[in-house]
Amino acid sequence: MQDTADREEMLTVEIWRGREDGALQTYRVPRRESQTVLDVVTWVQRNEEPALAYRFACRVGMCGSCAMQVNGKPRWTCRTHVSRVAENGLLRIEPLANLPRIKDLATDMAPFFEKWQGARGRHEPTRTRHEPMAPVSSESPARKAANAGIECINCAVCYAACDVVGWDENYLGPAALNRAWTLANDERDADKAGLLQAVSQSGGCHSCHSHGSCVEHCPVGLNPTAGIAGLKRMTLAALMKGEL
Amino acid sequence: MMRASRNHPGWWAALGHRLSGLALALFLPVHFLVLGLALDSDAALDSVIAWTDQPLVKVAEWGLVMLLTLHLGFGLRVLALEFLPWRDPLKTLISLGAGASVLAGLLFWIVAL
Repeated sequence: MQDTADREEMLTVEIWRGREDGALQTYRVPRRESQTVLDVVTWVQRNEEPALAYRFACRVGMCGSCAMQVNGKPRWTCRTHVSRVAENGLLRIEPLANLPRIKDLATDMAPFFEKWQGARGRHEPTRTRHEPMAPVSSESPARKAANAGIECINCAVCYAACDVVGWDENYLGPAALNRAWTLANDERDADKAGLLQAVSQSGGCHSCHSHGSCVEHCPVGLNPTAGIAGLKRMTLAALMKGEL
Repeated sequence: MMRASRNHPGWWAALGHRLSGLALALFLPVHFLVLGLALDSDAALDSVIAWTDQPLVKVAEWGLVMLLTLHLGFGLRVLALEFLPWRDPLKTLISLGAGASVLAGLLFWIVAL
């Protein structure tokens, strides 16, 4: 048995403990086949550190709750294989950047979701539930534009990757603006003017520097920069027409 | 330390755009100052032009042309991002643009020498 343990491949894992004033703590975790970063965190919590705080739910990349910084990059940990990200057998796992830390790997997501509200990220219906559903052609350009952005899982990876979010606390961020872009292209949405007003205020779409870090890191392959550019064009056109 | 999440072409393009813009902003007053010499006398301007014939200055001019084309290329990138209905092939464009800038600088240098 001792022999096997000696030969077992181990990972060196540094995990953030505490709040803002915490520190990285090092653990040795056995390497497994097809191991994900979330598997590593779970192993540490079950075997070494029962008080380790972190979030996860679905483990299949749908719920968007397990995002963390892995070796400096924000990632969805449940779908990130250790083999793809470990550098010389080392993993450094920290809470998502640009969000207040609560404990260990858990961040306070409230500012992230408040900004969805700030970008008027809720649907304003044109019809009541007593009327028939509005027909929307899957071929219309607006529907296609909306389609490209609707698979967001609210994981806040883009929010953690964005430099502008770090610089400007009012900036709504890629996810909220991407949501606004899908609504701006929704033929059933009743308040286009209110939406464009919300996204063109200070900290809105015009604050984006087009670095493209959100596109680079989005785990589901969305392109918030393209959506934000669309909002810039839409608000400019509305301004020219005197609608804003 | 460089943040790992910044290491991608879009971010480098934005940094290149900013830095080349700053460097050009520093160069422009000197450029206008030299042009202004012509108002005083031909000789003053000619002596500066003679000074620019030195090989080291030529290398610096190569850098300058490259800065200009880089700034132009990165500026076009921002315009394309904001005004064209683009999707994903931007990285290729950035690489091509940066390559073209270096070539333009080299071409200028070869012609100048």
